[in-house]
Amino acid sequence: MRYYINKVGFLLISIWAAITINFILPRMMPGNPAEIIFGKFQGRLQPSALHAMMIEFGFSNAPWYIQYFQYLGNIITGHFGISYSYFPVHVKTIIEQSLPWTLGAVGIATLLAAIIGTFGGIFIAWIRGSFLEKAIPIVGMFFQATPANWTAFMLLFFFGFDLSIFPMYHGFGSDVTPGFNWPFISSVIDHGVLPVATVFLTGVSGWIVGMRANMINTLGEDYVIFAEAKGVSKARLMFSYTARNALLPQVTSLAIAIGMIVNGSILMETEFSYPGIGFQLNNAVSGEDYPMVQGMFLIIALCVLFANFIVDLLYSRLDPRVRTGGAN
Amino acid sequence: MIAEAPSMNAPVVRARPQRPKKFVNLRKFVRHPFAIAGMSILGVFVILGVFAPIIAPYNPQASIFIPMQAPSWQHLLGTTNTGQDIFSQFVWGAQTTLMVGLGGGVITVVLALLIGMTAGYLGGTVDAILNTMSNIFLVLPSLALLIVIESYLKGTSPLINGLIIGLTGWAWGSRVFRAQTMSFGSRDFVVAAKLSGMSNLRIMWTEILPNMYSIIASNLTFACLGAMLAEAGLAYLGYENLNANSWGTLLYWAGNGGAMLSGAWWWFVPPGAAIALCGMSFTMMNFAMDQISNPRLATFKKRRKPRVQSNSGIGA
Amino acid sequence: MSSRIPVLELEDVSVAYDTHNGPVQAVNRVNLKVYQEEIVGLVGESGSGKSTLAYAIMRLLKGAAFLQNGTIKVMGRDIYAMSPKELQAFRWAQMSMVFQSAMSALNPVMTVEQQFIDTLRSHNKQMTLEQCRMRAAELMDLVRIDPKYLASYPHQLSGGMRQRVVIAIAIALEPAFVIMDEPTTALDVVVQRSILDQIQAIQRKVHFAVLFISHDFSLVAELAQRVAIMYAGRMVEVADSGALTQSENHHPYTEGLLRAIPKLTADEIVIEGIPGHPPDLVSLPSGCAFHPRCPYVTDECRQQRPSLYEVGTSEVECHRYAGEKVVQHV
Repeated sequence: MRYYINKVGFLLISIWAAITINFILPRMMPGNPAEIIFGKFQGRLQPSALHAMMIEFGFSNAPWYIQYFQYLGNIITGHFGISYSYFPVHVKTIIEQSLPWTLGAVGIATLLAAIIGTFGGIFIAWIRGSFLEKAIPIVGMFFQATPANWTAFMLLFFFGFDLSIFPMYHGFGSDVTPGFNWPFISSVIDHGVLPVATVFLTGVSGWIVGMRANMINTLGEDYVIFAEAKGVSKARLMFSYTARNALLPQVTSLAIAIGMIVNGSILMETEFSYPGIGFQLNNAVSGEDYPMVQGMFLIIALCVLFANFIVDLLYSRLDPRVRTGGAN
Repeated sequence: MIAEAPSMNAPVVRARPQRPKKFVNLRKFVRHPFAIAGMSILGVFVILGVFAPIIAPYNPQASIFIPMQAPSWQHLLGTTNTGQDIFSQFVWGAQTTLMVGLGGGVITVVLALLIGMTAGYLGGTVDAILNTMSNIFLVLPSLALLIVIESYLKGTSPLINGLIIGLTGWAWGSRVFRAQTMSFGSRDFVVAAKLSGMSNLRIMWTEILPNMYSIIASNLTFACLGAMLAEAGLAYLGYENLNANSWGTLLYWAGNGGAMLSGAWWWFVPPGAAIALCGMSFTMMNFAMDQISNPRLATFKKRRKPRVQSNSGIGA
Repeated sequence: MSSRIPVLELEDVSVAYDTHNGPVQAVNRVNLKVYQEEIVGLVGESGSGKSTLAYAIMRLLKGAAFLQNGTIKVMGRDIYAMSPKELQAFRWAQMSMVFQSAMSALNPVMTVEQQFIDTLRSHNKQMTLEQCRMRAAELMDLVRIDPKYLASYPHQLSGGMRQRVVIAIAIALEPAFVIMDEPTTALDVVVQRSILDQIQAIQRKVHFAVLFISHDFSLVAELAQRVAIMYAGRMVEVADSGALTQSENHHPYTEGLLRAIPKLTADEIVIEGIPGHPPDLVSLPSGCAFHPRCPYVTDECRQQRPSLYEVGTSEVECHRYAGEKVVQHV
């Protein structure tokens, strides 16, 4: 029980921290965001409307703590502001449009990376002492160190440009209409293969190397040797004893992996012009669209925090020591 | 069971704290095949970077050549779409990127050490606050945070980028150092030092720190790798001063200059491959360090079959 | 009274570790027989090779350790000549081992019951779940733990309980011979006593021989019918409990151990240690490994490892008994 309370508490504190960072940053940086608003919309709005908009964005002449609570209130009620570049579209709308793309691509890629990475690690531990056991980690290390955009480049180049198997940009072709029709869905899948592959490659290698190390550590544990002495079959030893326990530290490192995957996806989306959150974030920055920047950052942070929370829940399912609160 | 034979298992109580044998591990390290490979690869690029002024044939910014040439003897890596020599850019880029990578990595580790050791050693409220802080930073998506920070600054130089990367990336290291410090804090030699009246700072510096050299080194490799990737990512997205020369900006220009559509593989392949190779060399060195400090992870040479078959079943 | 059928025969057994600088001897030409229903103690300091020997007997040597020489027979069968399948079936059914640290011997993510079922099912796939459960409850009864704890995870049990669970798993298939590697070292004295009593009671009921490994000499002397003493990988003395009450005819190391046990009834309590320190296995002393610490050391001791001599009912590896019958040449 204590475990869950801790984790929920941490989630809430982190969310609060993310929101606060979002609030503090623009006010710490050189330049005055208010002036920027002014510069952008001066010609288009009445002064009173301008003033109202500034309040909406959270910039007023009120003392900072009042501004802060206004900001908090806005966020909690879902008012992420209005985008400068897409004015008068709300940031929230744009988030709703782009989030599914990112979640879809990143979600699938992460799942694949986790599954293949885990089994890959188990496999390597099984074939200990053979040549492959030394070769795979090296390949893995190479991909782990590759910036995601470069992987994207390479994939794009070979499969998109050279061989023209997959389309090179965007989430779906311009010749199909969005909706639940097969041409659209197949176009989405078509356009999704390379992006998913990019994020997958970035994540899987870290997984394999980590799982391998965990497996080897676990294999040396007394209970594995005890079980072997008892006469348990090799397969059962590998899975029910070793892998099952090696998964625990692996799940812990999932938390960090999520961060890296998000990084990779931002780069990937830019390279592929894939209409997800990361793509919007970049556009927002180049367009000096601060509400959008803040909104995107917040949603990314929220997603990552929730993902971590789910991972924590998963961990408690896997490790009975955490669930039942330790021994005497 | 009246008394145990005292000579058996008598713990040898050392009057002085145990001095770690630093150089044994170092020697093992430089002999390890992965370490050698890693250092060699990195060494090549370091040489390129250090001797950039001598090695680079042309001014990297000079747009005086025929654009979009494939590699040739005059232009080892071809030219950009504005007629700049890529090889010169690459060589200078090595200098910048490596500097940012190493510099950012060092800043990260130093910060992580300060925060982690303080938290682990002092415990209590200080620890609770610092730990929560580092957990939060750990969980916040780093690139997104960097992008947001960069969005408020315009066109930073690679060095400033390195600084910012260092200031945001310390969270993971601090967790590790905190755990290590905590495990040392209750060890005998630290308790002895405390009792002898040493100040906390001195204890941390002279007693605990020397025992952490290998884990600091391992963390450093990861930090440098992370810093390089972060810089490359930021530059590629356009957040770096575009006149700066790093592998990341090289990738940016390649992206913007239509390298893809013109099939100019010589433009974007080298910088990315170089980042990957450097990063891989860091990881390989880290792998070697792992294997030395945890001998179980080492891959055993297959012994020629002994006369009696002894090892069966699952190896460990 | 133990009959003379050996359940364990160690003949000239040597175990070494592969290192960069060549093999390091952990066990050096050891001979021992353990008979049916006997309790034999194996005593030695850390690094004397006793745990290595235990793992060698079970054919569980890992990593750089390997059996260099000699034969190990359990119930007359050569352990190292078996195929992996035969070994898997034979091990635990005929011989088992209680590990030193019970906490680490139990899988932390499986319940106690599951770990019993694992054992039983691995050897007899025909057993139904119901049968396994009943047997598990039986075994828990035997070690006097409430069967309701079958549903618990290892970390929820106390140290003493975990150790008893491990013992129960070890005797689940009623083997002829059980190695107990320092089963009570990690426990406090009161629990220690209770577990030792239980081990004796179970042994009388289930009829298995025990090789009881410990560094606590007085504990073993009380429990075992015979005691084997190891030093620097060599078995320097094997004596029965009767001989241990005498002060003559011993290896100098044993003498030191005996002197180190204070007598509760003595007026003055004088505890003597053994001068010197345990040897470094990588650079052993020449000749007899004990010579730097021996009060009777001669030149011959420094140069030549002694043979194993039969002295009364004991076997001692010491030059002082050079006139006696030789059991094994060096």
